[in-house]
Amino acid sequence: MRKTLITASALMVSLSVSALAQHKSIKIGFVSTFSGPTAVIGNDMRNSFDLALDHLDRKIGGLPVEVIYEDDQQKPEVGKQKTEKLIESDHVDFIVGYIWSNVLLASFKPAIDSKTIIVSANAGPSQIAGELCSPYFFSTSWQNDQTPAAVGLYMNQKGVKNAYLIGPNYAAGKDMLTGVKATFKGKIIGEEYTRWPDQLDFSAELSKVRAAKPDAVFVFYPGAAGVQFLNQYVQAGLKSQIPLYTAFTIDETTLPRQGENAIGIPGAQQWVNDLPNDANKKFVADYKAKYKTAPSFYGAQTYDAANLVNSAVVAVKGDVAKKTDMIKAMEKADFASVRGSFRYGNNHFPIQSFYLQDVVKESDRALVLKTVATIVKDDQDGFHDKCAMK
Amino acid sequence: MRDEVILLIEQCLNGLQFGLLLFLLAAGLTLVFGIMDVVNLAHGSFYMLGAYFAATFAALTESFALGAVLALAATLAVGMAVELIAIRKLYGRDHLDHVLATFGLILFFNELVRLVWGPAGMNLPLPPFLSASVEILPDVHYPAYRLAIIVAALAVALTLYMVVMHTRVGMLIRAGASNREMVSALGINIQLLYTLVFGVGAALAGLAGLIQAPILTAQIGMGENILIVALVVIIIGGIGSIRGAFVAAIFVGLVDTVGRAFLPELFRLVMTPAAASALAPALSSMLIYLLMAVVLVWQPQGLFPVDGK
Repeated sequence: MRKTLITASALMVSLSVSALAQHKSIKIGFVSTFSGPTAVIGNDMRNSFDLALDHLDRKIGGLPVEVIYEDDQQKPEVGKQKTEKLIESDHVDFIVGYIWSNVLLASFKPAIDSKTIIVSANAGPSQIAGELCSPYFFSTSWQNDQTPAAVGLYMNQKGVKNAYLIGPNYAAGKDMLTGVKATFKGKIIGEEYTRWPDQLDFSAELSKVRAAKPDAVFVFYPGAAGVQFLNQYVQAGLKSQIPLYTAFTIDETTLPRQGENAIGIPGAQQWVNDLPNDANKKFVADYKAKYKTAPSFYGAQTYDAANLVNSAVVAVKGDVAKKTDMIKAMEKADFASVRGSFRYGNNHFPIQSFYLQDVVKESDRALVLKTVATIVKDDQDGFHDKCAMK
Repeated sequence: MRDEVILLIEQCLNGLQFGLLLFLLAAGLTLVFGIMDVVNLAHGSFYMLGAYFAATFAALTESFALGAVLALAATLAVGMAVELIAIRKLYGRDHLDHVLATFGLILFFNELVRLVWGPAGMNLPLPPFLSASVEILPDVHYPAYRLAIIVAALAVALTLYMVVMHTRVGMLIRAGASNREMVSALGINIQLLYTLVFGVGAALAGLAGLIQAPILTAQIGMGENILIVALVVIIIGGIGSIRGAFVAAIFVGLVDTVGRAFLPELFRLVMTPAAASALAPALSSMLIYLLMAVVLVWQPQGLFPVDGK
C-alpha cells in the first residue's frame, strides 16, 4: 500500500515537473487559411510570422517558441474546431491569425471562455468591437468598418454624388458597406450582396451597375474574388466609364493576377509597403530577401501580432500565467509596429491612421502599391461605445 | 421603361451564358452517369485542369486559341487516363464506392495542381478584341467575351446533338445508356466506348473551365462549387439525357441569374429595404434548389427521363 502511494506521489511530482517544464517555452496557435483559393493569404501571414520570429531570434519573451499552424479552410465551423483543438489538446498560450470575420466570430467564444489570449491579425467584425468585446481579444488590424469609412471620406473629397455598393454576403461584407455609408455623404443608389464565398461571376450585378449609371462604384472583395471582380469589371467595359473605389480588393497577393486592370484604382489601408518608418523598411526588405516576393497588409498585420505577443511575454518575464499583466502590457501597444505607432482603444482595436493607396507602374514594368496621401489620422472605430470595457 | 427592358435583355444574356456553361459541364456528367452508371464527383477537377492547362499553354504559345486547343487535348488525355487507371475499377460497384473514390480524386487533383502550379492561381489574358464590350443593340452593351461564350457553347451543343443523334458512335452511346449488356452482347467493344465517352466528358468539362478562366482565373478547387450546380442540372434534366441537360442548364442559368438580379427589387415592393436586402440574397442563392424540388415533385425522373432506366 505504502509502495503504491509512494509511486503515486512520485508520479504526481513528475507530472508537476513536466507542467513546470511546459512554461519554459511559449506555445502559439495560428489559425489561418492554408488550402483553397485563398491559401495565398494564409501563406503570406505564415511567412510574415516566421520572419518576425527570425527577427526575435526565434524566441518570444526570451523563451523558445513553438507555433502550431492550423488550416481553417475558410470555413467558420472548421475554424472553431481548430481553435478548440488548440485550446483543449495543445494548451496554447496565445492564438493568432484569422483572416475571415465569420471564422473569427465562430471561434471567438471558445477562445475567450477559456481565457486564452487571441490576436486577430486581420478580421475585425463589428460585434467583437462592440457588445461582444473581451479583455482576452486584441486586434493588430482594424475594425472592418474603418477602412471603407476612410474610402467614403475620399469619395467625398472627389465630389462623388452617388454610388453603387457591392460586397459579399457575410459578416465582413455587411460591415464594409456599413462603413462606407457611415462617412459617404452622397446618395447610395444601389446595394448588392453576393453569395459568399462561392459566387465568382458578377455578370448580373455588373449589368445592374451599368443600368443604374452611378457616379462611382465601391466594392469589397478580398483575395481571389478581388481578381475575378476586377477582371469582369474591365471586361464589361465599366472601368473607363465608372470610377471604382475599393477596400481590401487590391493587395500584393492579388496584384500579380490583376495586373494592368488595377492601375489607377484607389483603395484605403492602414499599412502600405512604402510607409517610411524603420520597422517597416526592415520588414519589407527582409521579407523580399527571404521570400522573393512583396509582403501584403495581411502579412504586415501578422508581423505586428508576433511583436505584440512578444511584448506581453517580455512584460511578465515569461510567466504567461499572469494573464492580467500580459493584457495590461498589450494595451500599451509597446512595440515597433510596421504601420508606425498606434494606440489601443478600450475595445482593444487600434486607433490609427488610414492612407490612400494607388497602383502604379514602376520603371521596371512591375506594378506596386504606393501611399498617395493620408485620408484620416488617429481614427477610432464607431463601435467602441458599445463595448463595456473601460 | 426602356432602361428596364435593356437591363432585362442583359440579364437574360447573362443567364443564358451561365446556363450554356453549365451545360458543357452537365453534358459530360450526365453521359458518364447515364451510360456507365458512375457517379463522378471528380468531374469538377477536369474543369479546373482545363483552366490551368489553358492558362499554361496560352502563356507558352502566346496564343489564346492555340492554348485552348492544346488544353482541350490535354484534358481529353487526362480524362481517358483517369478512366483507364481508376474509373474502370468502379463499374458495377455501389454508388457509395464511386462517391468515395472520386472524392479521393478531387483531393488528389487539388494537391497535384498545388504542387505543379502553386497555390496562387493563374490568369488567362484575353486577346484584345475579346476583352472589351460591344453594342449588340442600340444602347445595349455586352462584354464581347461573354457573347463569344454563348456562340461557342451553342455550337458545341449542336455538334454534340448531331453526334449523339445522327452518327454511329452516337447510336452506340444511346444504346449503351439504355441497355449496356445488349450492346456488348452484339460485339461492341464497350470498354473502348466507355474510355472514349469519359474522355469526351472530361474534355467538355475542360472546355467549360478554360472558357471560365479569363473571367474567374484558374483556382484550386474552382470545380467544386459549380459541380453542385451541375448535379442539380442533371437531376432536373433527367439523368443520362443530353437534351434534358441542355434544357435544364439554360433554365437553371436563367433562374439563378435573373432571380439574383431582380429578387431584391421585388422584395422591396412588399417589405422594408433592410429586410429585403437581408432576405433577398439568402433566398436567391436557394432558388435553383427550390426549382429542383418543384421539378422533382412534379417529375420525379426529371424533365426528360431516359427510357430503360
